[in-house]
Amino acid sequence: MANVSYPLDFERPLIELEKKIDELKALSVSGSVDFTSEISKLEKKAKKLQTEIFSDLSRWQVVQLSRHSSRPYFLDYVSHLFTDFFEMAGDRCFGEDPSIVGGFARFDGRAVMLIGHQKGRNTKENMARNFGMPRPEGYRKALRLMELAERFDKPILTFVDTPGAYPGLGAEERGQAEAIAVNLEVMSRLRVPIISTVIGEGGSGGALAIGVGNRVLMLQNSIYSVISPEGCASILFRDATKADKAADSLKLTAKDLKGMQVIDEVVPEPEGGAHRDHTKMAENLGKVLRKHLGELSALSPEALVQDRYRKFRALGVFSGR
Amino acid sequence: MAWFSKKPRIATTPEPPEAPSRMQGLWAKCESCDEIIYRQELEKNLNVCPHCEHHLPWSARTRLASLLDPDTFEEFDQGLEPQDPLGFVDSKKYKDRIKSTRKALGENDAFVSGVGRIQGHQVSVGCFLFEFMGGSMGSVVGEKCARVFERAHELKCPAIVFSASGGARMQEGIFSLMQMAKTSAAIARFRAVGKPYISVMLHPTTGGVAASFSWLGDIILAEPKALIGFAGPRVIEQTIRQKLPEGFQRSEFLLEHGMIDAIVHRRELRDKLVQILGLIG
Repeated sequence: MANVSYPLDFERPLIELEKKIDELKALSVSGSVDFTSEISKLEKKAKKLQTEIFSDLSRWQVVQLSRHSSRPYFLDYVSHLFTDFFEMAGDRCFGEDPSIVGGFARFDGRAVMLIGHQKGRNTKENMARNFGMPRPEGYRKALRLMELAERFDKPILTFVDTPGAYPGLGAEERGQAEAIAVNLEVMSRLRVPIISTVIGEGGSGGALAIGVGNRVLMLQNSIYSVISPEGCASILFRDATKADKAADSLKLTAKDLKGMQVIDEVVPEPEGGAHRDHTKMAENLGKVLRKHLGELSALSPEALVQDRYRKFRALGVFSGR
Repeated sequence: MAWFSKKPRIATTPEPPEAPSRMQGLWAKCESCDEIIYRQELEKNLNVCPHCEHHLPWSARTRLASLLDPDTFEEFDQGLEPQDPLGFVDSKKYKDRIKSTRKALGENDAFVSGVGRIQGHQVSVGCFLFEFMGGSMGSVVGEKCARVFERAHELKCPAIVFSASGGARMQEGIFSLMQMAKTSAAIARFRAVGKPYISVMLHPTTGGVAASFSWLGDIILAEPKALIGFAGPRVIEQTIRQKLPEGFQRSEFLLEHGMIDAIVHRRELRDKLVQILGLIG
């Protein structure tokens, strides 16, 4: 079980119960008193509680889970699922942006390109990673790596986890919008398989800029939205505290998006959320990635471009001709 | 109820104009220099203030009519109508919001498009209607815009898009976001015909529209002093906790930073388009 350092309010009862169980277990080992029956009773209770809490999450709770500070981040998946990762830095233009990480690696022995948003686990890391909010350099680095992947005929796996592109002064000066736009265009015509997985937060254009894949997957408790629920609430409800309401309006969970046929597959999380068991989560994701990569590998470069184009061309809901 | 409530000090993208009131009547007021202008004179001057040269909002249809050769504009896709895929409700139902906006403006959504000629050159054109929900891009705008490039592809002619938009339309959620990918993919295909795509950025061009087809022009022009960027100024100020420098994210700033090709006065826009079409159209 993962160490959940900052539990969310709604998972706290469960975490506390588990702590109690751990204490009892420790006592049983060291002492002479036998707590076996109590432990098994409490474990049953914990399991029931977990099912209760997680079987009917509100959208706002899913939003919180998607941002959970113990949630596996891109580099966690890199270490669980891939070998031989060679990180490549810089956009060859202005700088290096650590909020997007990328490089070649092996997946089941086969060389692939990995690109993902990277958040930090603590304040210091988050300062360095800019809370996973890329500047134009990050997007241009991603672009450079994707074009490299195409040149060497390697599939691209992207991992989306960002609150959004960074809204800062320098980012604007150096063409944040341009950087995102170019990625959208180039991704739509790359001649290698692309699989994009939303592993946490899919924050608007900053997420989509590495999200134009032949397959778009989402982890069960991840979100993908045109605007953050807080941003939506402050603009439309003129009250940022109504974010829970905005989350409902935006329909931003994996389940919602699968229902609207915007994404291809929901990757199941271990009960209690991805943060409770990184290894199991990575296993689940690996299985799904393997399946889709297998399917896409059978397609010719032309068919891959066509497939991706058709997919995004068809998105939209309107009436009339 | 709080005794004091904090109001944002700085206005960001302008609210879509309360359509008629300000635009009706004999006189208009320049929003930049506050001069009172005789409406007929203003209209004759392409809605550019004759005193300070400020470019006031200009209706999409008038713009197209004045830029294209007389009687050459053929509108397409005017029958596309917005839906409410999320059942979105804020202070008002999205359905009702669309209904009342459509009724007030006599337009189905925030984009008008078709085919016309400029000095004889056939062009596939599209133009935002900023007055329709801030020119926000939902499924209809994205679809119409993608079709501008598909039509240009089919006709093997240049494409021109005039952008004036606050960005993606929140009320259509993820579908609005996906229009960014859809339109950009349509451009990627269009590139194959070897005809130019000219993007003209008007005031304001921000968010998902700036971060997709608007910034993908082979040639990017902007009207003077247009607000152009990814994030709105208020969001940036809240993020960096300091005031933005004067002129930040305006056309002149972008030109200086190498992000656009040229700033063109509204009066000279047709001539510039003719020149570009003559060179590479």
